[in-house]
Amino acid sequence: MVNIIWMIMIIIGIIFAMLNGKMGEVNEAILTSADEAISIVIGLTSILIFWLGMMKIAEGAGLLNKLSALLSPAVKKLFPEIPANHPAMGYILANFSANLFGLGNAATPLGIKAMKEMKKLSQSDKASNSMITFLVINTSSITLIPTTVIGIRLQYGSTNPTEIVGVTLIATVITTISALIVDWIFRQKRRRWE
Amino acid sequence: MNLISSISLWIIPLIILFILVIALIKKVPAYELFVEGGKEGMQLAISLLPFFLGMFVAISILQSSGALKAATSLLEPILSFLHIPKEIIPLALIRPISGTAALGMTSEIIQSYGPDSFLGRLASTMQGSTDTTFYILTVYFGAVGIKRMGDALKVGLLADIIGIIASIIIVTIVFAN
Repeated sequence: MVNIIWMIMIIIGIIFAMLNGKMGEVNEAILTSADEAISIVIGLTSILIFWLGMMKIAEGAGLLNKLSALLSPAVKKLFPEIPANHPAMGYILANFSANLFGLGNAATPLGIKAMKEMKKLSQSDKASNSMITFLVINTSSITLIPTTVIGIRLQYGSTNPTEIVGVTLIATVITTISALIVDWIFRQKRRRWE
Repeated sequence: MNLISSISLWIIPLIILFILVIALIKKVPAYELFVEGGKEGMQLAISLLPFFLGMFVAISILQSSGALKAATSLLEPILSFLHIPKEIIPLALIRPISGTAALGMTSEIIQSYGPDSFLGRLASTMQGSTDTTFYILTVYFGAVGIKRMGDALKVGLLADIIGIIASIIIVTIVFAN
């Protein structure tokens, strides 16, 4: 599916640009966006090296196990395929905690590591049930304090920059719960097919 | 606000301090472990690069061609029938696809309508309550070499739609007066 989506995005883009007289912009976009992608990944590299290094220490000191022992009862039901003491659980919980506190920079490396551990469990190049559930929770991101948005509101002279914290939290909780329900429905559908 | 900003300043150094103090107590070879984990991070980043670059260029082509804008105006009559303000539609469409573009649009809406207007509050809520689905799927699946995404994209995008609708309803109810 990703092959088709990727091709369609580019083909539609180029054909649309032809009809729309935007070939100049598209030409420019191809060059600059490839460049930009490299700098984004390089920016991510420093974070990946730092946080995966830190987390290796945490794992070695037994902290990751402690975290999963402490929190896994709450999320075990969401990931029935992951054994309770598997490192995947520790990284999943560390990723959730980082997201919760708005530490997006730290959350991404932990999430990638969690995916890697889940791949060790599934031994396949197909997304497993646990991976899909994990990613769906990540895309609907539960954040307690949306710091970036508060920053923008402050910058443009809001009388109460933090007034959106409550509604954002309600919205994000509703989104996450609905995402889990949708995920569950698709999971049942897959099971029937198999 | 002061409390929030000082918490976010303190939390990362405190986490690092906590990890290292425990490592010291448990006599763990911290530096060696750090380097070992860091190497893994390096490899992940390199394997991620082609996945991310490919997706990023495709999104940029789509965006610069004006196709996204055309889709917005196509959807406008349906959405305004549902009382969804048309100023918010481009943001709703771009939010799952590109994080930086969405952040730019949110700033623009807040700047032109004011942070305390209905649109300003709605844009803030939409920006804060979901993440960039395409980015997360590309980075997470790309880094570990998952080729078949299964239902992940469908589920993620459906959740985004629900999130946008939820944001509109909640902001309307809470800030009605």
